[in-house]
Order: sequence, then structure tokens, then C-alpha cells
Amino acid sequence: MMDALFFYLFATLVLGGAILTVTRRNAVHSAISLIVSLIGVAGLYLLQQAEFLFAVQIVLYVGGIMVLFLFVIMLVNLDQAAKQRRFNRQWWIALLCVTAVGVEIAYFVRKGASAFSMARPPVAAVANAGGNTEQIADVLFRQYLLPFEIASVLLLVAVVGSVVMAKKRI
Amino acid sequence: MSQYYSTNEAFALTPALTLALFGCWILVFDFLFANSKQKRYFALVVVAGLIFAGVGLYRQQAFLATSGDSSIIAFSGALTIDRFALYFNWVFELATLIVALVSYNYLEIEGEHHGEYYALLLFAQCGMFFLAAGTDLVTLFIGLELMALCFYVMVGFLRGDKRSNEAAIKYLLLGAFSSGFLVYGFSIMYGLAGSTRLTDVAAAIAARPAWDPLVFLAMTTTAVGLLFKISAAPFHMWAPDAYEGAPTTITAYLSVASKAASFAFLLRIFLGPLAPARDAWEPLLAAVAILTMTIGNLAAISQTNIKRLLAYSSISHAGYMLLGLIAGNDTGIQGIAVYVMVYAFMNLGAFLVVIALRRKNIIGDDVDDMAGLMYRSPGYAVLMLIFLLSLAGIPPTAGFLGKYYIFLSLIETHHYLLAVIATLYVAVAIYYYFRIVKTMFVGELTEKAPLATSFGLRVALGITGVLTLAVGVYPEPVLRLAQNSFLR
Repeated sequence: MMDALFFYLFATLVLGGAILTVTRRNAVHSAISLIVSLIGVAGLYLLQQAEFLFAVQIVLYVGGIMVLFLFVIMLVNLDQAAKQRRFNRQWWIALLCVTAVGVEIAYFVRKGASAFSMARPPVAAVANAGGNTEQIADVLFRQYLLPFEIASVLLLVAVVGSVVMAKKRI
Repeated sequence: MSQYYSTNEAFALTPALTLALFGCWILVFDFLFANSKQKRYFALVVVAGLIFAGVGLYRQQAFLATSGDSSIIAFSGALTIDRFALYFNWVFELATLIVALVSYNYLEIEGEHHGEYYALLLFAQCGMFFLAAGTDLVTLFIGLELMALCFYVMVGFLRGDKRSNEAAIKYLLLGAFSSGFLVYGFSIMYGLAGSTRLTDVAAAIAARPAWDPLVFLAMTTTAVGLLFKISAAPFHMWAPDAYEGAPTTITAYLSVASKAASFAFLLRIFLGPLAPARDAWEPLLAAVAILTMTIGNLAAISQTNIKRLLAYSSISHAGYMLLGLIAGNDTGIQGIAVYVMVYAFMNLGAFLVVIALRRKNIIGDDVDDMAGLMYRSPGYAVLMLIFLLSLAGIPPTAGFLGKYYIFLSLIETHHYLLAVIATLYVAVAIYYYFRIVKTMFVGELTEKAPLATSFGLRVALGITGVLTLAVGVYPEPVLRLAQNSFLR
């Protein structure tokens, strides 16, 4: 009962925030609506007992990435853009995509979960790990240790690359 | 815990670790060499890094030879050092070495000589190592992104040049888009197998019928991502623009090393997890190969910019290499291996001559800039002739060897139509390569400024020129190496 209540609460946040994000003309309002939507997604993660994803969603998306968005919006002069009419007419492509996804979801809701004939992840790892966060740590530092380490080099290259591209005199 | 961190892991990772360490060294000690002239010492650091990485590769090779194992498996299956991975890594070593040797003079002329460039070269090769040796979807993908990210930056390295900016942004946007497709395919594969290890994915796909819709979806989306990276039509649009705008040294590196690494990746995926779905992808890749050869060869005819011309020629070479995969027998796969190696030094060589044409105040990347090259610098003109003969696939140069094995494999597997089409396009290729030759030998000398040579450039030209001729005349060692690399 409580779960259902919270689900509808977070779902409203997600959908309401998303609709406001695309309909607001003021870019700052859009960004703030997006934050609301992302917080709703974080809530849904928590309902699914994915505490780690919940924390990451808040810290990374609501915290880091949205601050970056707001910075960009405030640095770039958007007053001019807000007064102009949208020049691209791509809403019908979006409509097509939404219809396609809607049909897919309706199909799977009707057929039930068994319609996804996908393999299950190994059960052993789930059984002996303490919780969601421990499980992720376990997989990340054992099975995916190598990609995790290469990602550090990747991030280094990203930092160096963006400095090289952005700085006037290196 | 010890099973996750052992000397085995360290041993398998040596070449990549060495490359990353030397890259970091350059970043940290960039201040040691303050002015543009001194930065050329970084080229030496890169060469040193390559030597150490080469020692690592050599020791791995020696270990495989003495122990009789077919591979070193590390990180519980995420990394597999086999002869296949080592073979491709030798190609990367060669390509990075040549590019590092010619870069310092070129960057000084362009006025963008920075230490970061050399660090990115090493990091890019580090990414390629994982592309050739990775046997896990996540490792492969991160390796690919590491390589691609370095290339995005290096393509746009001439920040004052609008063409370079344009090239970088086009490559970045299209590259990111294609990576999206690739990950989509990978996510379906993970969904099918419940694991990201290639062996598990292969088992899961083999358990399904060949025309399973999910397998087909995974195969097509993965193929889109991979075909983009090797610049096969219809995903080749980025290549001419990126090749034209990038610094010529990076164009050479992009066309050779990036393509070789992507081919290693493609072979790992298509001969590994997707091998059971061969009936589904063979006609698809055959169509792509024909389209690639058609677009590459026909569009090259009308190009006036030599970097664009070589870009289209490189697209058509990707088509020839794909033919080996379509044939799919041992000759075909070895043919790809030989082709990748041979293509590496002949294409690098052709770009080296274009690099020498870039002088202070002379951009020198038009076909007309080659006019009368024979009368001014006969050595360069003759070398360029050798590289172009090789690219066209005319004996006794190395390029003939690559094409010979690809065509042989097509005949062996009764793909006669493909063989005929491929042979016809060789004739087209001869036409546009010889347009350059004609300009060099018959054209009137207009620009009298001497070529931009340096010690590194001459060494690099020597290596590529000698290899192109030597492998063509005496192919035994390369053939043996290629055969060994695909022993299963």
C-alpha cells in the first residue's frame, strides 16, 4: 500500500518534471524541472531497493550534472533564443518514437514478464553479498576490475583533451 | 583475493601499463622542455615507451612459444593475450613509431607543438592494446572509447585551423553516435548471455537459432558501430572530412592504427560471439563490402585534395579487408592479417610524402602540389611511386600480397562474383593512383621550395619503403607471422 503510494508520488514527479522541462520557455525553469524529474527517478530506484543507484542519481545527476547545466545556461545568453520561435519541425518524429515505445510497453504489459526471454545474472553473487552497494562493489572490483582501471586512463585523457581543446595558450 | 591480483595479471598487462606510464610521464614532465624546439625530445620518450612496450610484447610472445599455451588469460577472462592480440599489437607499435618519428618537425611547422600530443599518442595505443586483447564486452568498449577519445582530440589538434576544428567536431559527433549503436548491440548481447565475457556470449548465441530476432538485432547494431570505426560504407561519411582536416601525421595514424585496431575488434566479435550467426551476417557484410569498394573507388577518382583521395582509397581498402571475413576460411582470415600489416606501412608511407610537402606557408595537400616532384626531389617521387604501386596492388610490392590472399580466399570459397567485382575495382584504383604518379612525373614544377625533411622523416620513409619492397619480394616472414597468429 505504502509502496504503491510512493510509486505514484515519484512517478508524478518524473512525468510532471519531464513535461515541464520540454514546455517551459525559460531555460532555467526547464533545468529546475529536470532536477525534479531526476529526483523522482532516484525515488523509483529506492523503491526497487537499489540504494547505490539512488545515491549516485542524487549525487551525480541532481548534484553534479545539473549544476553544470545551470552554469552553461547562465553563461550563455539565452534571452535571445527564448524570444524566437522553434525553427525545427521534428515533433512528429518524437510522436512516432513515443507511439512505438508505447506499443512496445503495452505489448509487454499484456504478455507479462515472461515475454523478455533474457538470461538471468548468476544467482550466486546475489546470495552471499550483503546488499545492493556491497554487491556492486564486489562485481566492480572483481569481475570488472580491468575496465574500471582503464576507465581511469580514459578520464585522464578526457581531462587533458578538454584542456587542450579549450585553452587559448597551452 | 589473490586470484584477482597476481603476477599473471601484471605480466599480461605490461605493454599497456608501460604505454600509460610513459604517457603520464610526458604529461608530468612537460615543463622540462619549455620551448617548441625542445619538445622534440618527447618524440624520443615515445620511442622509448614503444621499446619498453615492445619488450613486454616480446616476452609475452616468448612465453607463449616456450610454454606451448595458446593464450594468457588474465582478470578472470577479461583480457586474453593470444597470438592474434600480439600480432595486431606489433602493427600498432609500428604505426605509433612511424608517426612519432615524423610528428616533431610537422608540429613545429604547424606551430602547435605540445607535449600532450605525444602523451595522447601513447594513450591511444594503450586503448588499441585493449581492443586487440580484450575478451569482455566492457573492456573492449572502454578500450575503444579510450582510443577514440585520443583521436577526437588529436584530429582537432590544430586549434587555429578551421578545417581541423570542423574535422574534430564531425568525428566526435558521429563517433559518439556510432558508439551508442555499438553499446546498444552489446547490451542485447549481455541480455542474451547474462555475462559480458565473450565466451559466455558466444555460448548463449550458439544456443539460439541463427535467425533469432534478438541475435539479429544485436548483430546489426553491433555491426553498425564497428563498420563506422573501420569507415565502411554507408558509415564512411566522417572519414574524408576528418582525414582532410586532421594534422597529416594524425591522418596517417587514424587511417592505419585506428583501422587496424577496429579490425582486430571486428574480428574478435564476428569470429567469436557472432560466429554462430554467420548465415545472418554474411550477406549483410558482403553488401557492405561491395558498397564500400564502390563508393571508395569511384569517389576517389574526382578528388583534388590528396588527403581526401587517400581517405577514399582507405575506405576502399576497408572493403577489401572485409572480403576476407566474408570468405571466412583460414586463407581469408590470414589474408586480413597480412593485409592489415601491409596496408599499415604502405599507407603510412604515402602519407609521409604528403607530410613532407607541408612547409612553412605552403599547405601542400593538393594533388597539384605534387607536380614535377620528380625533378625537384626524385627520391621522394620514387618512394611515392612505390607506395602507390603497393596501394594499387601491383607486384612486386607488398600490396599485391594482401590482395592476392583475399582474392584467393574468395575463389576457394566459391565467391566468384565478389572476386570479379573486387578485381574490377582494382583497375579503377590504378587509374586514380596513377593520376598522382602522372602529376609527379609529367607535371610542370611550379613550387620550388624544398621539402620539409627531418631525420625522423627520413628514417620513417626508409622503414616503410624498405618494408613495402622487402615484403613484396620476400613475403615468407610476414606470412608465417600471420599464419601463426590465427592458429586455433
